[in-house]
Amino acid sequence: MKLEMRDQPGQLVAALQPISAVGGNIIAVIHQRETPAATEVLDVQIVLELPEGRLEKLLELLREQGVNVVRIGEQRLLYECTLITIGHLMHTDLSDTVDRIDTTGSAEVTDLSLAMPAINAPSSARITIRSTTREEMKKAIRILRSVAEQKDLLIIEPLEGV
Amino acid sequence: MRIAILGFGSVGRGIARAILAKNLDLAVTGLADSRSGIIDPAGIDIAAALARKEGGAPCGSPDVSPADVVAKADYDVLVEVTPTNVDDGEPALGHIRGALRRHKHVVTSNKGPIALAYPELRDLAAANGVFLRYEATVCGAIPLIHAMQEGLAGNTISRLYGVFNGTCNYILTRMAEDSLTYEQALAEARELGYAEADPTYDVEGIDAAIKLVILANAILDMRTTLDDVERTGITLLTPEALRLAEDQDCTIRLIGEVVPEAGVLRVSPRIVSKVHPLVVEGTLNAVTVGTDLAGDLTFIGKGAGSVETASAVIGDLLYIRDRHVQGS
Ligand SMILES: NC(=O)c1ccc[n+]([C@@H]2O[C@H](COP(=O)([O-])OP(=O)(O)OC[C@H]3O[C@@H](n4cnc5c(N)ncnc54)[C@H](OP(=O)(O)O)[C@@H]3O)[C@@H](O)[C@H]2O)c1
Repeated sequence: MKLEMRDQPGQLVAALQPISAVGGNIIAVIHQRETPAATEVLDVQIVLELPEGRLEKLLELLREQGVNVVRIGEQRLLYECTLITIGHLMHTDLSDTVDRIDTTGSAEVTDLSLAMPAINAPSSARITIRSTTREEMKKAIRILRSVAEQKDLLIIEPLEGV
Repeated sequence: MRIAILGFGSVGRGIARAILAKNLDLAVTGLADSRSGIIDPAGIDIAAALARKEGGAPCGSPDVSPADVVAKADYDVLVEVTPTNVDDGEPALGHIRGALRRHKHVVTSNKGPIALAYPELRDLAAANGVFLRYEATVCGAIPLIHAMQEGLAGNTISRLYGVFNGTCNYILTRMAEDSLTYEQALAEARELGYAEADPTYDVEGIDAAIKLVILANAILDMRTTLDDVERTGITLLTPEALRLAEDQDCTIRLIGEVVPEAGVLRVSPRIVSKVHPLVVEGTLNAVTVGTDLAGDLTFIGKGAGSVETASAVIGDLLYIRDRHVQGS
């Protein structure tokens, strides 16, 4: 997600401490010169990752520090993970498998490629999942693993994490 | 230095050939296969024994058993290169114990005893003031254990992962290259002698899992057994799955992985970028060791083969020779 604030002296430093206090992870700090340039005021955008449910706490801490948050950007799906699954995907209701991830709210299947070689032969699918946080991704993969166990599907995970 | 060799198959004969071809200063005073043995304190004629074996005959006399060689021959090091038994490690385990109790060093390529009884054997070796070495049990010719014990001494190993089974790697390479089905690739591997008639041990990931247990127990100070390894083989993989990976410049490899901190011990097919150093072709093995001081190191080499595996055994033998006062 993205926080925007005025770059007044000390604001950035004041913002960093609360972010780490709530377990957040700063991905980028972007200074943006406002138009018209004459104002000499900078906007600062902080792109960060937050554990689920910590946004309210962060905003409270930032207010206490006197940081003026101008805008809270959209929560973006920052993390991506592609897996392959093999088995009787249609017989075991592929759309239900996908739904079980989508219903988590913070992770979703954004891409699916299916290969069905022959009737009754196991089919293979490549599933791309996106999520807002690393934790959510881990949760989505755990869900997928347990669904796979129930439905007797093989899940091939990437070697390197998300 | 005098050695006794138990097992005169692919690895045992590889050792014999290397001894004949090079001046390694090793005399063989005991030798046995499953049905025969020879004991000769003056040194066995290895070339003649090889010729007998290759002509289909036993290597020695039916009156001498492997147990006789262990108990009676004059040797400094027992070289134990008989087939792996992962249920109880026998009869190799008993032979290794017997040699250690006689204050003889032991070098083995046999995964069974090391995977099942490493702490006990290590303590027994220490109590008798001798070495127990097992470089060849993991990844054939790659000196992975030496590297971790000596070269990387002082490092903390955070993760160890890679391709530990050449048979599976061959099958997956072929499925990816030519869109073969699993069955077709397995048949080809059998024809080339890369897979056993019963390939279960390889394709179900058992062999890779045993190697992880050996590394976990012997190098990473964990206390694990085969049952602790989360294991999925390659038998259900489809050419379509490989193609789906390929579409994203990736492929699928059977990866063994140990993460000591997290207690992870896992063998499973994984999606790997094609440019990843672990993506090796054919029957090669490759292992990445993640360390705190040295960073990541990747070892690539032949994981099996007669002379290749003998290389690891000989490395262990010369390690011992250089560190002990030769026996009388
Ligand atoms: N081959 C490799 O590339 C490789 C790589 C790494 C580790 N290893 C390990 O090294 C060991 C040997 O492998 P290998 O490929 O050489 O096996 P192999 O070709 O099957 O040879 C095994 C040898 O052991 C003999 N043997 C069987 N039972 C015996 C017993 N009770 N006492 C004495 N000798 C006995 C056999 O006798 P007969 O000749 O009478 O049948 C044969 O000579 C195995 O534990 C294997 O897992 C092998």
